[in-house]
Amino acid sequence: MEAELEQKYSFEVVRWFTIMAVVYLVVGAFVGVYIASELAWPALNNIFDVPYFTFGRLRPLHTNAVIFAFGGCALMATAFYTVQRTCGVRLWSDKLAWFVFWGWNLIIVAAVITLPLGITQSKEYAELEWPIDILIAVVWLAFTFNFIMTIAIRKTPHIYVSNWFFLGMMVMITYLHVVNSLAIPVGLFKSYSLFSSVQDAMIQWWWGHNAVGFYLTAGFLAIMYYFVPKQANRPVYSYRLSVIHFWALMFGYVWLGAHHLQYTALPDWTGSLGAAVSIAMIIPSWGGAVNGMMTLSGAWDKLRTDYVLRFMIVALAFYAMSTFEGPVMSLKTVNALSHYTDWTIGHVHSGALGWVAGVSIGAIYHMTTRLWHTEMYSVKLVNFHFWTLTIGTVIYIVAMWVSGIMQGLMWRAYDEYGTLAYTFVESVDAMHPYYVMRTIGGAIFLFGAMVMLFNILMTVRKATVSGSLQRARIAAASV
Amino acid sequence: MAENAKGLQARLERNIWGLLIALALVLSVGGIVEIVPLFYLKDTMENNRFPELVWNHDAPGSVPIVTLVDGREQWNWKPGDGVRPYTALELAGRDIYQREGCYLCHSQMIRPFRDEKERYGHYSLAAESIFDHPFQWGSKRTGPDLARVGGKYSDEWHRAHLRAPRSVVPESVMPNYPWLDRNALDPSTIQIHMRGLRAIGVPYADEDIAVAPDLLEGKTEMDALVAYLQVLGTMAKLDDSKVYRE
Repeated sequence: MEAELEQKYSFEVVRWFTIMAVVYLVVGAFVGVYIASELAWPALNNIFDVPYFTFGRLRPLHTNAVIFAFGGCALMATAFYTVQRTCGVRLWSDKLAWFVFWGWNLIIVAAVITLPLGITQSKEYAELEWPIDILIAVVWLAFTFNFIMTIAIRKTPHIYVSNWFFLGMMVMITYLHVVNSLAIPVGLFKSYSLFSSVQDAMIQWWWGHNAVGFYLTAGFLAIMYYFVPKQANRPVYSYRLSVIHFWALMFGYVWLGAHHLQYTALPDWTGSLGAAVSIAMIIPSWGGAVNGMMTLSGAWDKLRTDYVLRFMIVALAFYAMSTFEGPVMSLKTVNALSHYTDWTIGHVHSGALGWVAGVSIGAIYHMTTRLWHTEMYSVKLVNFHFWTLTIGTVIYIVAMWVSGIMQGLMWRAYDEYGTLAYTFVESVDAMHPYYVMRTIGGAIFLFGAMVMLFNILMTVRKATVSGSLQRARIAAASV
Repeated sequence: MAENAKGLQARLERNIWGLLIALALVLSVGGIVEIVPLFYLKDTMENNRFPELVWNHDAPGSVPIVTLVDGREQWNWKPGDGVRPYTALELAGRDIYQREGCYLCHSQMIRPFRDEKERYGHYSLAAESIFDHPFQWGSKRTGPDLARVGGKYSDEWHRAHLRAPRSVVPESVMPNYPWLDRNALDPSTIQIHMRGLRAIGVPYADEDIAVAPDLLEGKTEMDALVAYLQVLGTMAKLDDSKVYRE
């Protein structure tokens, strides 16, 4: 069986993407905890008297590391794994897959070097300068092409639902990345956006929200649609719901970016349109969450023993929570309070830590045992990781809810004489305890990620020592 | 799965190219509807109805903003004359603003609320960032909005604050930027930057570009960043009695 899988599928590149995803999870979370500490203890900005570690330079490194390094490697590992398993064929091209692996990691190295140096386009989540942008486009299209061609040569009549979501992500990210990165180079490491003012803002948030909507949602829903049924050993709860969930998400999510610009100089019609579609998106989002959770219907007892399912179900709960919170925050009245505050940061992290990290960590544990043909080094440590993830995330988002709402209320508070009750800096001062609390939540999450890395590496070692991978390979070669 | 279904979904599920085309179409709708009109709807930019918001709007690029006569700056623009491209020094300052990631903690977009008006001033207009490639509206206020910070504090205050924010605002969580004083500006790249911007529609006069290296000569990054901060929000004079935006 193992030999058969080794022979039939291209697993080596998936193994490497899997390991790198965990490495980057630790790196990205570490930078996150560091910049969170900077907000609590600003002296950390200026250690060693060099400019490279200030919040303004490390924050893009944090977002790029978690979204593109961790998220990207997790997506590429799971996409290459899922597409082979669901199509019943080997990857269309191993060479191209390795090109994607090395290209993507080269991009990450370039990001780690250039961002602390202050080389940036200063568009959020699209900070990397134009030469790296071109490299991203090339590698992304290679990834997409290999994925599509693998589906094209599939042995199964139907294209499985996970692959629809992956495909949607790939097409949309191509659109977004190309349009939002249009710029005029004025040097090897400097360019200016082709657009300005309202148009630039709308294009940026069309990108910004859909990086969330397609990269961090559609891609990870693809993971959910393969790994939850696989792990639970049951079919997806409702095929019909998957179809509705998919097309509604594909059509609707694209419109949401405008809600980032409520009450700004963006025309009212655009913001309202964005908010209206945002509200409507609760239905497909919850449809997807229900579809995932109900897949377990009749097998809920597995949650007690199955650590992978536990990660995934909690991730779905966070998904349901943040896809309810998001539309609420897009409403003009709520947005008037929440915009510009830490509430937004909390919202992002309930999605990022709870949902994105949760579901991909579940998938990585699932894949690890299959890719290395062995059991996890320590199930106890996996359970420990589960609790650090859950508790760390909850502490983080509670801190940000409190600080965000407090900021918003302090900024608009009036005293009995009808003048502003607080200076701005009083609101900064009031945030200190919550910034400390957030750092603690993040540190707990980071510790869990480090435990995961240790556990995965020990599992790989175990597979090497016991020879399980070796045996499968030799058997594969002789089949 | 619906093995025998004949509907569109069933067909797309079996045809990767059909699915790809369907996705490419469905995914493009939202962006087209929300973004394309912003480029041509007259209401989007306030200067279509209030041309006086933009300086030298009749003949953009015909007059340099500032020139050097016998080594002294001679300005053809004064605060309130209207939105204009950034001078060489301000542009260098804006590059530093981007490099240091200031936009991650400071917005430049005042919303039309009473408290924001009292705290920061008149709500921001789209026309005010017409020459901002890219826009710097920001998304987070860890620090205060800067859209109209120009002229609120003295140059000396800004210098002290940028060097060590907690020396003037004890509760601040902003990093220190001591290297701004130490780093001299590089006059050799500014013309390429300005020509690049002109190529995408920022109306610099030839003389603006010609004089740029001289304007940066002997200046530090601190000088540039302060010049940029001090011009923010001072370009157009906004009239409270006018309704710029519905």
